[in-house]
Amino acid sequence: MKTFLLSSLICFFSLTQPHCISAAEIPSQLKALHVLNRLGFGPRPGDIQRVNAMGIENYIHRQLFPETIPETPAISQKLNELTTYSLNPNELFEEYGPPPRVNGVSPDPEMAKEQRKRARIILQETIKVKLMRAIESPRQLQEVMVDFWYNHFNVYAQKGLDHLWVGNYENEAIRPYALGRFRDLLEATSRHPAMLFYLDNWQNVDPNSFMNAKAKRSRGLNENYARELMELHTLGVNGGYTQDDVIVLARILTGWGFRGKPKGGSGRSYDFYFNERRHDNSDKIFLGQSIAGNEEQEVEEALDILAKSPATARHICYQLAQYFVADDPDPALVSGLAQKFEDTDGDIRAVLQAIFDSPQFWDDRNYGNKFKTPYQYVISLVRATGEDVTNYQPLIGMMRQLGMPLYECQTPDGYKNTQDAWLNPDGMLRRINFATALAFGRVNINDDQFPVPYEDLLAVFDDQFSSTTLEAVQKAPARLHGVMLLGSPEMMKR
Amino acid sequence: MMDMNRRQFLKYLASMFVISLFPLGLTGWAGGLDDNILSTSPQLKRKKLIVLFQRGAVDGLSVVVPYGEGRYYDARPTIAIPSSGNANGVLDLNGYFGLHPALSSVLPLWQNKTLGFVHACGSPDPTRSHFDAQNFMECGTPGNPSTPDGWMNRLLSVLPGLHAPTQAVSLGAVLPRIFQGKMNVSNITLGKNAAQAMPIDRPMVEGAFAELYKGNDPLSQAYLQGQNARKQLMTDLQQHMEMASQGAPSPSGFTDSAQRLARLINDDANIQLVFLDLGGWDTHVNQGSVKGQLANHLSGLGDGLAALVNGLGSAYNDTVILVMSEFGRTIHENGDGGTDHGHGNAMWVMGGGVKGGVIQGQWPGLDTQDLYEERDLAVSTDFRSVIAAVLRQHMLLNDEQLGVVFPTIPQPQAPLRII
Repeated sequence: MKTFLLSSLICFFSLTQPHCISAAEIPSQLKALHVLNRLGFGPRPGDIQRVNAMGIENYIHRQLFPETIPETPAISQKLNELTTYSLNPNELFEEYGPPPRVNGVSPDPEMAKEQRKRARIILQETIKVKLMRAIESPRQLQEVMVDFWYNHFNVYAQKGLDHLWVGNYENEAIRPYALGRFRDLLEATSRHPAMLFYLDNWQNVDPNSFMNAKAKRSRGLNENYARELMELHTLGVNGGYTQDDVIVLARILTGWGFRGKPKGGSGRSYDFYFNERRHDNSDKIFLGQSIAGNEEQEVEEALDILAKSPATARHICYQLAQYFVADDPDPALVSGLAQKFEDTDGDIRAVLQAIFDSPQFWDDRNYGNKFKTPYQYVISLVRATGEDVTNYQPLIGMMRQLGMPLYECQTPDGYKNTQDAWLNPDGMLRRINFATALAFGRVNINDDQFPVPYEDLLAVFDDQFSSTTLEAVQKAPARLHGVMLLGSPEMMKR
Repeated sequence: MMDMNRRQFLKYLASMFVISLFPLGLTGWAGGLDDNILSTSPQLKRKKLIVLFQRGAVDGLSVVVPYGEGRYYDARPTIAIPSSGNANGVLDLNGYFGLHPALSSVLPLWQNKTLGFVHACGSPDPTRSHFDAQNFMECGTPGNPSTPDGWMNRLLSVLPGLHAPTQAVSLGAVLPRIFQGKMNVSNITLGKNAAQAMPIDRPMVEGAFAELYKGNDPLSQAYLQGQNARKQLMTDLQQHMEMASQGAPSPSGFTDSAQRLARLINDDANIQLVFLDLGGWDTHVNQGSVKGQLANHLSGLGDGLAALVNGLGSAYNDTVILVMSEFGRTIHENGDGGTDHGHGNAMWVMGGGVKGGVIQGQWPGLDTQDLYEERDLAVSTDFRSVIAAVLRQHMLLNDEQLGVVFPTIPQPQAPLRII
C-alpha cells in the first residue's frame, strides 16, 4: 500500500512537470529490458543476460544493422516450406485470383467462391511468417520497423484483390527499405499493386484523356490516393496542403497504375505500368511549385517534393517518437529528430539512432509508459514463455478478439500504438484471459506445453517486477504465480 | 471477496472518484446503499440514447435523396436513384425527398412518425479527412482535435445519480474516441461467443487479479470496469443464449448484434448510453445505384435498425437513436462510378417519442452557387445543434449540463423540434 501511494505520488508529480530539466535516467539494471521492449517485442529467456553481456550500445548498434545478425536457420527453413511466400503479384493472381470471364460470361459463382476459399492460404501464410519472425527472429528492430511502416502505409487485406498481395507488399515494398531511405519506401509502396488497388489510383484517369473519350463508360479523377499520400504517408493532416493540392496531385497521378488486361494479350499483368494515355500531361502547380507536364516524371517530382518537405520530416518523426518514446512525445525531441531527418535526406536508420541516443529515450519517466498493442502483447507473452509455436491459430484469434486482426485494419491510417486506442475494459479482461491460459499451458500453440514455472518467468525478466506486483503474487495460491506475472501491469506495458 | 470490495469502495470514495463498483444486485453493497441515491430520478434514468456512427462518410444524397432536384440527376449520370414513381425508384418521403429503396425496412418508422432526418447537417470544419472529421464529431469540438475526451463521456459525467458499470456501453473490441475520458465506460463484443465462459470468471483467478489491479491507475480502473460489466452482461446474455442460438443466423451481422443489443437493454435497466459503429461507407469506386455496394450496406443498416426498434419494444418510447457520419460525399459522381469526400450530410433521429415524419434543417440546394466550395452539399445545421436538442428535449439536460457536453453550441437557423 505504501509503495503504491508513493509511486502514484511520483507519477502525479512527474505528470505535472512533463519537461522537468533534471530528469532521472532509467536505472541501469532496467536498461536491457527497456531496449528489448522498445527495439523488439520483449525478452525471450536469456535475452536480458545476453544484452547485458554484449553491452547495451552494442546491442542497439547491431539491431540497426540487421544484416550483421545471423538469421535463425529455422526461419529460412520454415519459409521454404511455404507455398505462396515467393510468388510475385502476377503469379498470385494467376494461381489464386478470381476465375476470368470467358467470352463476356461471368464465371459460375460456386467456382468463384471455391477459388476464394483456395486463396485463403496466402493470407494464412503471410500472417504465419509475420508472427514467426516477430517471435523468433533475432533481428527484432527490423521486424518492429516492418510492422511500423506497414501501419504507416496500411493496406486492408479484405479489399478486393488485396487479399492476394498484402504479404508480397510487405516483403517487397516495405521490408527492404524499413531502415533505409524514406523516399525509397514512399516510391516502393506507391508502385505496388496492393497500394494502387487499395487506394484506387489504378482507376484514376484524366477525364479529358484520349483513353476516356474512347471508353464505354467515362472515367475520371479519383482523389483517394492523392489525399492519403499527403495526409497520412507524408505531410500530415496539418502539413499545409489545400483541396486544390489534392486535386492537382490526383491529376499528376493519373495513369499511375497497373496494366490489368493488356490489349490483345492473354492473362493479366499487375506489374507497375504508367499509362500515358490516361494521364493529364498539362503543366501543374503543386504545393506552390511548378511541375511541367512530363508524364511519369511528374510523379517522381511530386514524391521528391513531398519527401523533402519539413512537414513530412515532422510528421514521420512525431510518429517514430510516439512509437519508441511516449504517446505524447516531447516536442523538443520531435524537432531534433525532424532536423536529423532533413539533414540526412530521410535516412530512417539515422533518425532511429538519434532516438536511441536521446535523453528522452532514457528518461525514467518514459520507462514502461507505452501500453502494448494487442499485437505486441500477444507476441511478448509468447516470447517470454520461450515456447516454440507450431500452431499460430490461437494467437491470430486472440488478436482478432482484441480488435486488431492482422492485415485487416480497414482504414488507411493503420493501427495506432497509443494507450488511448487500446486500453479498454473488455480488452483488459481478454488480455488477462490469454495470459492465464498461456501460463497454464492451455493455449494450443504446440503439442507439448506445460505450465510455465514462476521462477523461470522471473528469470526471463531478471526479477524486474514491482513490489506491488510481487506482493499481490505472494498473496495468491502458488499455481497462479506464473499466471499473475504474465497478466501483470508490467507485461501490459513496454 | 466481501472484505476486498469494501476496501476498494472506501478507497475510491476517499479519492473522490465517482465510479460505481457494483452492478446492482450482484454484491451486498448495493443493498447497503441509500436507495434514494440510485433512484433520484427514475424517469430520467429510463431515458436512453443510442448513437450509431457510419465510419467512412456515407453518401447522404443516396440515403435521403433530393429526387425533386434536377441538378441531382445531372451530377450523377450512373449512380442516381430514380425518382419516386419509377420502378426501383426512391420511397417518397415528402414529395421532394425520398428514401433509398434499400432502406424499405425503416419506411414504416417514417410513416408512424418515429423517424425523421436533419438534412444538410454536419460539421462546420472544412476538413475532408476521415480521421480528423470523425475526431471532431466524437470529441464534439470541430477545429480543435486535442480535446482530451469524447462528448458521450462528458454526457455520462453530467447524468444524475451514481453510475452503474453498464450505464454507458460501447459495442466493439476497442473504445472509440467518443467514449474516451474520465468516466468509466464498458465495452463488449456481441459476437456469437459473447457469453462464453473465460478463465477470468473463475473465482480463484478473479481474486488474484483483483489484488493485482486494485489501484487507481487507468489499467486497474479498466480491469475493474471490465469485471463489473462482465458480471452484469453475462447474466443478461446467458438468459438468452439458447434462444439466440435457435434462430437461424441472419445474413447481416448487424441485425444479429442489433437484436442482442435490444435484449441487453431490456434486461439491464442501467443501460442509458450506447455507441456502435459500422464501416464500409467510403464508396470511391462502384458505389452502385438502386443495387450495388452502397445499397447492400444500406439494406443491412435498415434491417438492423428495424430489428433494434422491434426488439426494444416499449423501451423504444424512452430511446432516441442517432445515426451520423463524419461528412457527406461529392454531388458529382467521380470517374469510377463512386463519390469522393464531401461536406454536408443527412443525420437520422429516431425514437418512440421523436417528432418524426419530417425532414428538418434548411435545404441549401444543389445549384453551383449554393454548394460548399462549389462541389459539396453545404452544411446548414451544425451536428452539435441536433445532438444538443436531443439532450435538452429527450435527456432533459439543463444549460449548465449541456455546456459540459458541448462547450459551444451553434444556434440552428430554425429551432429543431425533436420530441
